Amino acid sequence: MARVELKHIKKVYDNKVTAIADANVVVEDKEFAVLVGPSGCGKSTMLRMIAGLEEISGGDMLIDGQRVNELSPKDRDIAMVFQNYALYPHMTVFDNMAFGLKLRKFPKEEIKKRVEEAAEILGLKEFLHRRPKAMSGGQRQRVAIGRAIVRQPKVFLFDEPLSNLDAKLRVQMRMEIKQLHRKLNVTMIYVTHDQIEAMTMGTKIVVLKDGDVQQVDKPMTLYNDPANQFVGSFIGSPSMNFLSGRIEKTDRLYFRSRDVNFSVPENIQSKVAPLVDKTITLGFRPESIYDHDYEDKAQLTEKVTITIDVTEPIGAETFIYYQTNDQEFCMRSSSGLIYENGQALNIGFDVARLYFFDSESGQRLV
Amino acid sequence: MKQIKIQKILFWLLLLVMTFIYIGPFLFSLSISLNAEQDVFSWPIRLLPEKWTMNNYKEVWEGLPFGTWLKNSALITAVQTICNVFFASLAGFAFARLDFPGKNIIFSIFMASLMIPGIILLVPKFILLNEFSLINTYGGLILPGLVSVVNIFLMKQFFETVPKDLEEAALIDGCSYFRIYWQIFLPVSKPALAAVAIYTFQGAWNEFMWPVIVTTTSDMFTLPVGMSFLKNEFSVNWPLLMSGTILISLPTLVIFLVFQRYFVEGVASSGLKE
Repeated sequence: MARVELKHIKKVYDNKVTAIADANVVVEDKEFAVLVGPSGCGKSTMLRMIAGLEEISGGDMLIDGQRVNELSPKDRDIAMVFQNYALYPHMTVFDNMAFGLKLRKFPKEEIKKRVEEAAEILGLKEFLHRRPKAMSGGQRQRVAIGRAIVRQPKVFLFDEPLSNLDAKLRVQMRMEIKQLHRKLNVTMIYVTHDQIEAMTMGTKIVVLKDGDVQQVDKPMTLYNDPANQFVGSFIGSPSMNFLSGRIEKTDRLYFRSRDVNFSVPENIQSKVAPLVDKTITLGFRPESIYDHDYEDKAQLTEKVTITIDVTEPIGAETFIYYQTNDQEFCMRSSSGLIYENGQALNIGFDVARLYFFDSESGQRLV
Repeated sequence: MKQIKIQKILFWLLLLVMTFIYIGPFLFSLSISLNAEQDVFSWPIRLLPEKWTMNNYKEVWEGLPFGTWLKNSALITAVQTICNVFFASLAGFAFARLDFPGKNIIFSIFMASLMIPGIILLVPKFILLNEFSLINTYGGLILPGLVSVVNIFLMKQFFETVPKDLEEAALIDGCSYFRIYWQIFLPVSKPALAAVAIYTFQGAWNEFMWPVIVTTTSDMFTLPVGMSFLKNEFSVNWPLLMSGTILISLPTLVIFLVFQRYFVEGVASSGLKE
């Protein structure tokens, strides 16, 4: 059992800079929670506060219901994997992994057993007597993970562990860590700035921005149901398109912006009705834009004509970029149709996948 | 092509000249130490002894309390070297890695003390040690050199290059700060420690001014002090003095040759690691 709970956690540096204002997050037992956000959003700070490496300025940090604010890292029963591996360069792989157990006065046979088990899981068996220097980045990161495994801690913490690896290795390690989570069945908290890593690995994602928790949800819920404009834009690649405009009512409801205008379809009229005469931001994902001439028109908005700037066919799908007066948009087409640069195109938006955000606060309205 | 060749030759010539300038006096001393006394001032100067003799070395060893001085020198140097390595690294670790009130002020005071010429401190140091009745004792010889600010500074600078992650990983693994210092920082800092050890050894072994001030009887002399007494107002026994000097410089020479690698690395601030 290991449930991590942050209650009104606050972090202020030198009584001046607020890194985290008021964070409330619960990571349930055996969950794989990912803290994600752009750099400087406070995700690493949050992880380091859980680890005990950073002092907590306010609020309560609970692990299994026990308040740990004042406990030193070694008494919190956590293990952490660092971005730069942080292996002890003068020790062999075996000693690196055994160090924490030795300090905790485990019997020799037990240490040997645990290290060998971890080495087996991570495929490090033949490297046990090497020094970190003689190993590749991926192997070193495995040793760092092994060092965490042997301790059998309540909570595993990962601080951007894959960002020093090359792209191919990153994908491989991503899967390995995921498998490890399934195998060990423990609570893991993982920090990354890469939303793809977050989406693929987490069972729960905490999106942070400027020290504030934006949304905590399952990956697909975040994608389909973002709480605000930031989450919408941060999760998903290419990211969500935004268009600022107004909802106007004449004979019926219309969405009006400088270039894109369409009447609001019947089935969402009632939802949009409260937004009349407000300035709003419309969000739509690249894959919710369709070629109006080819798709079933029932689920689409009225057609809007645009001129294609650039097409990027990448095989299974084609990215189509076009510009309106103030913004660039991206459309993802997997229909297999071929488009040319400069071509005029009638598009329509998937009615079910339109997001309306408050232009000022960025909060999701509908 | 030709130009490069000439450049190379000039370069080698320069190196040779420099080598000669540095090693020449040493070789000359070596030559004198193997001479009989009466031959030293023979004219024209002979670079090689006419008659080789080891008598001077024998006399240094037997005629002088060389063994006692050697023991004094060895003791002082050993204690000071070990203490410098230990205390300087401990203090360097604290300044580099720990947070404590007044850290910056204390370090500034340490640094400022480097600006005071050592010679000015001789008298106050002497008076202070006199108060503690430490004149002409090992205590008086050893205590003032137990740790030096330069070494603390050196260790601090080195420790600051050790990645913070390493310290944090050790904290999570369950290390106390002392253990982090002892089991993580010291082992990864061998080049810096070697530099501190070698500098201190050299300094302590060759130290002349302080021992000559603080000792009053010949049984407390160190080697350089003892040797200087071969030189008096009226005469200098050059071969004897030179053979003593050669003997004294042997340990430093050996140590330098053995640890040369660390020495050079240490001077280059030895900052490169993975």
